[in-house]
Amino acid sequence: MGGVTAILKKELADHFTSYRFLFLFALIAMVSLITAYMAGVNISTQLVDVAKPRFVFLMLFTSSGIGFSFVQFVAFFGPLIGLILGFDTINRERNEGTLSKLLSQPIYRDSIINGKFLAGVAIIAILLTSILLTVAGIGLLMIGVIPGIEEVFRLFIYLIISITYISFWLGAAILFSIIFRNVSTSALAALAAWVFFSFFVSLGANAVANALTTDTTISSSEAQMTRAKIRKAVSLISPMELYSDSTITIVDPMRRTTKSMVQMGWMEQLSITRFSGPLPLGQSILVVFPYITTLIAITFICFGISYAVFMRQEIRSV
Amino acid sequence: METGAVIETHNLTKAYKGQTAVDNLSFDVQEGEIFGFLGPNGAGKTTTLLMLLGLTEPTSGSAKVIGIDPCREPVKVKRLIGYLPENMGFYRDLNAWETLRFIAELNEIPRSEADGRIESALKTVGIYKEAEKKVGAFSRGMRQRLGIAEVLIKRPKAAFLDEPTLGLDPDTTNRIIELIEFLARERRMTVLLSSHFLHHVQKICHRVGIMIKGRMVAQGPLSQLAEEKLGVGQESYTLEEIYLKYFQEE
Repeated sequence: MGGVTAILKKELADHFTSYRFLFLFALIAMVSLITAYMAGVNISTQLVDVAKPRFVFLMLFTSSGIGFSFVQFVAFFGPLIGLILGFDTINRERNEGTLSKLLSQPIYRDSIINGKFLAGVAIIAILLTSILLTVAGIGLLMIGVIPGIEEVFRLFIYLIISITYISFWLGAAILFSIIFRNVSTSALAALAAWVFFSFFVSLGANAVANALTTDTTISSSEAQMTRAKIRKAVSLISPMELYSDSTITIVDPMRRTTKSMVQMGWMEQLSITRFSGPLPLGQSILVVFPYITTLIAITFICFGISYAVFMRQEIRSV
Repeated sequence: METGAVIETHNLTKAYKGQTAVDNLSFDVQEGEIFGFLGPNGAGKTTTLLMLLGLTEPTSGSAKVIGIDPCREPVKVKRLIGYLPENMGFYRDLNAWETLRFIAELNEIPRSEADGRIESALKTVGIYKEAEKKVGAFSRGMRQRLGIAEVLIKRPKAAFLDEPTLGLDPDTTNRIIELIEFLARERRMTVLLSSHFLHHVQKICHRVGIMIKGRMVAQGPLSQLAEEKLGVGQESYTLEEIYLKYFQEE
């Protein structure tokens, strides 16, 4: 498996010296810092003269200062990191004629994808970890609350899920770069996929739910219930939805379910409002486990398709 | 078939959607032999090379390279073979030394040995002074030399060279031609040389094969082909004359 290591090393070096990486890093660092700062200001003003609630530290990541929180920011723009890192992985090599050179060396074809994917994942991990730590540092300074062990664990799990999520988009981008010979075509296709899953799926889910529940024979609360269920089911085809659901009870332990209010029974609603203790870490993980599994599964599916397509492609037309 | 053949193919055929690129090709190349692989553009030479490397699967027929089936075990074959493609691409942001180091890593050449090989390869092709220069700034000829250096550091048992002297100045061309001859003679390296510079081919090739429209229309030592096409007793002949004769007949 020397091929993978060699390619991984070269790709990492390429990433670190590329303007693309610096640009991405600067952009994301800037937005996260602003978000963290606003959230910090927000929290510290609201905490004045109030008994300190539990998990204040996590609020840094979940409370929105200027319209969106850190968590929302990653859910929404995180995919772009993966896409930007991966959209020209294979087709650039093909266009520059280096792919045939690589393939005439004694390595397996999948080593190329593996090496490049792993390099991308490493970059994503470095980006996210450093930004998460910076945000945490700023938070410490601003709200003066030290995170507890559980909060650190929760953040760590959140980090792992986020890396998986962005890696999924990286895998999708690599797939596009294999399918489309033209770099700009694959960039546009990747962007289109992002826009589709980020904006249109939720709209579409609404439309589908409304279309399917026009039946007037059932009572309105029941209809509302089914509508919410359908909406949820349809929107789950979006990786973004999966990600939001899988992180929500991790970083926001006061949320005890991934369901929306409409979908809850009245007892459940009552228990949420009355007995609002945080969900233990183990239970939080249990709630989101199906979502995490699905997220990992679709990453693998994406990868599997990449393999299958790449193995069958002719190298002739370089 | 003779024993000791480094490359041998048997009815090798490759068809792309209704078009036959390589048609029932059978030939063999012995160890230490330089085989001139000639033919007009689009005759199927490159396709044949790709099949021998296991980069493309033949539609039918079989090939053996150093006793290994490139279809079954492409990685093994590629470890033993150096391939210089016709239009070679390079990573523009790497310098010559880094490029060769990357190739060495892909070939799992130990680091301690790689440096020595890289240095001698760069010196052989005459770009040692430019080793620290980015490949993006290289001229056509310098890239070509770097490509040859990439083949050299592998110390291959056999080399497939597709237009190795394209874009090189006469001095370097001669050096490369001499180098190929030297490697074949001293190191028993087998060379499959595809080139349109027929006088070079004539100078160093032991045997030639002429491929037209996917079929090998002639193969053998030059003197034999000359006898067949130009008549017996020809004292001086050039490969060019022979080649054109075959080409016109098709």
